[in-house]
Amino acid sequence: MKRLIKEFTKGIIVENPTFGLVLGLCPTLAISISVRNALGMGLAATFVLVCSNVIISLVRKVIPDQIRIPCFIVIIATFVTIVEMLMKAYFPALNVSLGIFVPLIVVNCIVLGRAEAFACKSPVLPSLFDGLGMGIGFTLALVIIASIREVLGAGKFLGFHLIKGFEPIRVMVLAPGALLTLGLLIGLVNYWHIRKKTNKEIKKAGCDGCR
Amino acid sequence: MEDKLYVGVSPHIHSRESVSRVMWAVCVALIPSGLAGVFIFGLPALKVTLISIVSCVFTEALIQKSRGKKITAGDGSAVLTGILLAYNLSSSVPFWIPLIGGVFAIAVCKQAFGGLGANIFNPALAARAFLLASWPKQMTGFVKPFSLDAISSATPLAVLKEQSAKSLSDLGLSYWDLFFGRRGGCLGEVCVIALLLGAVYLLWKGYIWPQAPVGLILSLGFLSWVFSPRGFFKGDFLFSILSGGLILGAFFMATDYVTTPLTKKGQLVFGLGCGLIAFVIRRFGGYPEGVSYSILMMNAAVPLIDRWVRPKRYGNKVES
Repeated sequence: MKRLIKEFTKGIIVENPTFGLVLGLCPTLAISISVRNALGMGLAATFVLVCSNVIISLVRKVIPDQIRIPCFIVIIATFVTIVEMLMKAYFPALNVSLGIFVPLIVVNCIVLGRAEAFACKSPVLPSLFDGLGMGIGFTLALVIIASIREVLGAGKFLGFHLIKGFEPIRVMVLAPGALLTLGLLIGLVNYWHIRKKTNKEIKKAGCDGCR
Repeated sequence: MEDKLYVGVSPHIHSRESVSRVMWAVCVALIPSGLAGVFIFGLPALKVTLISIVSCVFTEALIQKSRGKKITAGDGSAVLTGILLAYNLSSSVPFWIPLIGGVFAIAVCKQAFGGLGANIFNPALAARAFLLASWPKQMTGFVKPFSLDAISSATPLAVLKEQSAKSLSDLGLSYWDLFFGRRGGCLGEVCVIALLLGAVYLLWKGYIWPQAPVGLILSLGFLSWVFSPRGFFKGDFLFSILSGGLILGAFFMATDYVTTPLTKKGQLVFGLGCGLIAFVIRRFGGYPEGVSYSILMMNAAVPLIDRWVRPKRYGNKVES
């Protein structure tokens, strides 16, 4: 049980796919214009991650090592097709605004990375929690970036106007805004990690540490 | 006590030059152009400049304090960024444009990279690009010179770009008007003679080298002359170098110590590259003026240029 919790939480904070592993940046930069898009993208990717992790973990012993990547891709593509069809049927507007980035989940390196690094070596339950944690971490990161960009760049949150008379910083919803937000956030997270680490080291070393 | 003992390698001649002295000298060299801007566009120009400087200095001090570093906001580099940013703005911008621009220039373009000496891009120009992409309407509303009520007017380059005027005389301007700054434009870029005055001072003191500015001005002028919309070799050489922000950019931004190549040869390459890009933007791009973008783009190429023009080591035959 302890292991499951560990696998679940590591994806959210320490090994966050966006801020920690810096994976899957193409959809992150492209669709974080609005919080609605970010939520849709994050949840779709989470679904694919969880399902593909479970299936790959189940069949990990029958996949020949030489052709494991094509096998992973086929499994992942199956679930992406399911997501795409569901999205087209029930959320057509979201599907239009996400556009090409829904089918592109197939080659999202977070999904493939977890399959290769975790699911093909681990039992089913840890794989499930790993996929869930990673998916939620990805969704959280997307929502944080998108909130900053939508509030500053359009003066809205989830489509609602916030402040009257506010001249939105238009560059934040353009491509440079995505890179600026992501870069500054990664810098902030790294700064926080380093400070936590050095504090720990100082505590561990005590007064002798400074000599 | 340890701070008082300089133990350095020879030669032991101590020059009184320091970063701070150079920065303040560049600030002084920019004063004539600012005075001309205030004379031409009135007090709003002064207001924009002051807000920009205060915003830059305050942001620098705040960030250095919060990071527990030595506060060097008074060394002139933040003031210089503030002045350059303001000179790149129209005098009619609302007060919050220079304010936000100053914060962005110092916080994101300078301190986020590690402070003075570590930034890749010229902070003032990067902030200008940020402002122009965010608030194009406010940033391109230029004021007519010597008018008390804010009558907006397009810059000569913008008019020519839209093809509503064929030549300079159609605009009712002469070369002397451009030279003395009787035209619409950013508040610090219009008066060419004031800018040249500052540039001559810096060249005389040896604070800047002529390679980058001359390369930029001549290549942009030459290309505009050869490849003009009216046919080969029919362009207007003087107009292309006197209009827009070319003189300001060439002498005060393409010579920035931090963001340009280290050698004279490298600076020449830098200037020529800037001229080529600026010409392409002016002639084929969507914007009427491209000097600021050209300098930013060449800033990104500086490490490459530096590697390419690395001087040969004395005595070595082949540099590996």
